[in-house]
Amino acid sequence: MAKKFTLEEFFETLKKYNVEELEGVRIEGDLEIEVEPGSGVDANLIQALAALAGYTQLIQEFGNFIYHTNMALTYLQRLSAALGIQMPLGAPAIQQPAAVQPAVPEAKPLEVPKFKIPEKLIEAKFEPYKAEYPGVIEEVTLGATKADGGTRETTVTIGGERSLAFYLFDAENPNMPVVAIDIFDRRPMLAKAVREHYEDVLDDPAEWARKAVKDFGADLVTLHLISTDPLLEDTPASEAVKVVEEVLQAVKVPLIIGGSGNKEKDPEVLEKAAEVAEGERVMLASATLDMDWERIGNAAKKYGHVILSWTQMDINNQKTLNRYLLKRVGIDRNSLVMDPTTAALGYGLDYAFTNMERIRISGLRGDQDLNFPISSGTTNAWGAREAWMIDSPIEGDTPWGPRELRGPIWEIVTGMTLALAGVDLFMMMHPGAVAVLKEWMGMLYGTIKDSIDNVDDWITMEV
Amino acid sequence: MKVKSPLEVYKFLPQTNCGECGYDTCMSFAAQIIDRNVKPTDCPPLVENAKKDKKFEKKLKELIALTSPEIAEVIIGVGDNAVKIGGEDVLHRHELTYFNPTAFFFDVWDTMDEAQIDERCSRVVEYRKFYVGDFITLEGIAVRCTSNDPEKFRKAVKKVAEYGKPMILVALNPECMRAALEEVADQRPLIYAATKDNWREFLELALEFKVPVTLRSKDLNTLKSMAKTFKESGVSDIVLDPVTEPVGEGLKATFERVVQLRRTAILGEDKDVAYPIMITPIAAWLIDGDEVTKGYWETVIAATFIVKYADVMIFRNLEQYTVMPSVILRYNIYTDPRTPVQVEPGLREINNPGPDDPVFITTNFALTYYTVESDLTSNNIKGWLLVLDTEGLGVEVSVAGGQFTAAKVKDLIKETGVEEKVNHRYLIIPGLAARLQGAIEDETGWTVLVGPMDSGRIKGWLEKQWPPKSKE
Repeated sequence: MAKKFTLEEFFETLKKYNVEELEGVRIEGDLEIEVEPGSGVDANLIQALAALAGYTQLIQEFGNFIYHTNMALTYLQRLSAALGIQMPLGAPAIQQPAAVQPAVPEAKPLEVPKFKIPEKLIEAKFEPYKAEYPGVIEEVTLGATKADGGTRETTVTIGGERSLAFYLFDAENPNMPVVAIDIFDRRPMLAKAVREHYEDVLDDPAEWARKAVKDFGADLVTLHLISTDPLLEDTPASEAVKVVEEVLQAVKVPLIIGGSGNKEKDPEVLEKAAEVAEGERVMLASATLDMDWERIGNAAKKYGHVILSWTQMDINNQKTLNRYLLKRVGIDRNSLVMDPTTAALGYGLDYAFTNMERIRISGLRGDQDLNFPISSGTTNAWGAREAWMIDSPIEGDTPWGPRELRGPIWEIVTGMTLALAGVDLFMMMHPGAVAVLKEWMGMLYGTIKDSIDNVDDWITMEV
Repeated sequence: MKVKSPLEVYKFLPQTNCGECGYDTCMSFAAQIIDRNVKPTDCPPLVENAKKDKKFEKKLKELIALTSPEIAEVIIGVGDNAVKIGGEDVLHRHELTYFNPTAFFFDVWDTMDEAQIDERCSRVVEYRKFYVGDFITLEGIAVRCTSNDPEKFRKAVKKVAEYGKPMILVALNPECMRAALEEVADQRPLIYAATKDNWREFLELALEFKVPVTLRSKDLNTLKSMAKTFKESGVSDIVLDPVTEPVGEGLKATFERVVQLRRTAILGEDKDVAYPIMITPIAAWLIDGDEVTKGYWETVIAATFIVKYADVMIFRNLEQYTVMPSVILRYNIYTDPRTPVQVEPGLREINNPGPDDPVFITTNFALTYYTVESDLTSNNIKGWLLVLDTEGLGVEVSVAGGQFTAAKVKDLIKETGVEEKVNHRYLIIPGLAARLQGAIEDETGWTVLVGPMDSGRIKGWLEKQWPPKSKE
């Protein structure tokens, strides 16, 4: 059976293709998400955890799926209205079969009785279909250098696409997607495989930020001010934002600042954060429809920041909130990024993927309410039980194998899938997952060129 | 499918509403054709008329042409295990749905000894991953000819055929392929691969043994030329392999080839390339590194092309940490977005519960429901499971969105009559619905216990919490 693996050698291979920031990373040891309170009846604690989950995106229920019924229903309603067919609503779900078992058609009589093998191939020219979109995704720059009134040494620009993700054969897209690493102003709940990479910095956000950038190659850092949650420490906004200043000092990459997810408190916290970060062009995460988006939007506008417009897998809500921020608050078109919600592989990824893909296609087709860069809370992948559980709780499942290898790949595949839907900015945590995703994007973007020639060799290789 | 509206189909139908097809009206049958649930030949009068009258025959053929999928369907294998690939109609799943999930084949090779072949085949055959109420399985086995010896290959292929799974035969040497086909052609394996060097021999093999064939070329002009040549020579079961380059700009080029093939087939209406696409994540095993490196990269390649248009894949790694994300991603991408994933609300009896056993509640979102149900069942937990109609939403979202409410819980308890079935008044709610604890207690008069966040932990939770100590 499996020997005790580490990913070390994997990352060494990556280095060959230009990844440098991952020396000595090891994934080993125990893995556990510690979300279960000891007694199981302490409602306050659970409530606190659940509230936290909503924002820090570390615990994930089995999917955040507002949209899927709508999607299916809209289609059925349209069809049934047109045809007078009864809608199969409330019927038990018809599950897609896991494996297709089609009937084999009757053997067709062969049209050529004797095998006439032509001497030469019929010459044919492949004419690739050309696709062009009228729209373009807005370019948004995060961070400001001295010249622009900030203190960042690097800035990050996302968006600007004129084609679907990685379809560079349709149009050159100027900006490759980027990766932000999540950090927190207090110890969060983390899967052990993630936590062990940050064990030494969990109580020091500034050091944490430094490690994310220096050791793990983060293009940006997302600072979550979760201690402001009234159900946790309830840190006052004015005090919480001191951490913002510390992190701004510690690293010179652009910053994203998140609240705790508390609907009442976040507007105040983000407003204060916007004030202390004036000039730095941070991204405020996030404005949502069910909180005071106007106040958060105004803070972004007043202090020159970018705003993250977060909705729950609903393209229409996304349009609505974007429009509010643009029209009512007056946010500049180059200062808005969308988070249409990320669900983990196996836990609603299909909805997240399709929602984002539809948003991106609408944007490219010229929908001025949706042509903004997309952000994904890819860390959500760690909520999937396949990512962290020691083995399957289901009788009859093939054993799940070493979980220290399952977790990172769950984050990788979740990120990749959404990258293909059009995500411009990933918020992630596992350094191995960050490295692999960047590696793959670099290849599809043509910045990592080294290829191999012996592509036929697998046919005859003896492993 | 060339037609988009039921009206366009309706024109071709008898318009008698005879009901022989099982649908009340010709119009609803037409809608079913558009949704690809039925075929024109499922209309008995249409078929009968075509037999009698040349004019109707022409009409039927026309309708079949108009309603057949954009991408050809190819069947690999025979009987219950046969797998259908291709048959896609759209580039984006929200435009309709994707139909035939990417088929996964895992390799063995003919210089393995028999025990090794058995070991790998058994793993493929026995693979199970529980997901949304069912077990996901793997489709087939690819047998590679590494010996370049026809007899060796014949023997290995014969051995693998015993497992009854669909097969891909991998050998560029026509002599080896012939030997294998003599043995297993009746199993309808997919042969791999015709190239610009061996295509004549492979064309002959495909015709002689009536098996589907893969065409392999990096050059899309050559690939199209081969497809056209094979088709015109009488082979229509064609799979295209635009060659998987595992890393660097080779991977970029592969991505472009695959997208262009599929897009040109569907939007460019180029029938000469409208065939299923083969991707070989196994090519990841050509890069340097240890097994984890290669396995990880194999998954990266697989994930890329599960999302983007691959219909069949050959894999090397059978380790769960790479197989599981691939099968789940495939399931997600191929889930029909038109079908709400819900189950019937109500009361489920788990493991023949008695009046002392616990009462749980969960949502009718299929993924949540099946996860909870299987966690209870497979841990031998006896209990009563209330399934609340949350409109197919999961716990967290439905609690936040107001589909999971105390009032609805009360109604469900009343409707299901669970009160008569148990002699206690304790309800265990999901950890993620903890905030409803008080409200549900007020509304129902039951004592509400907050269960764990993940139903996989119910067993351990029950050991401590059930039977309940009297409250406070």
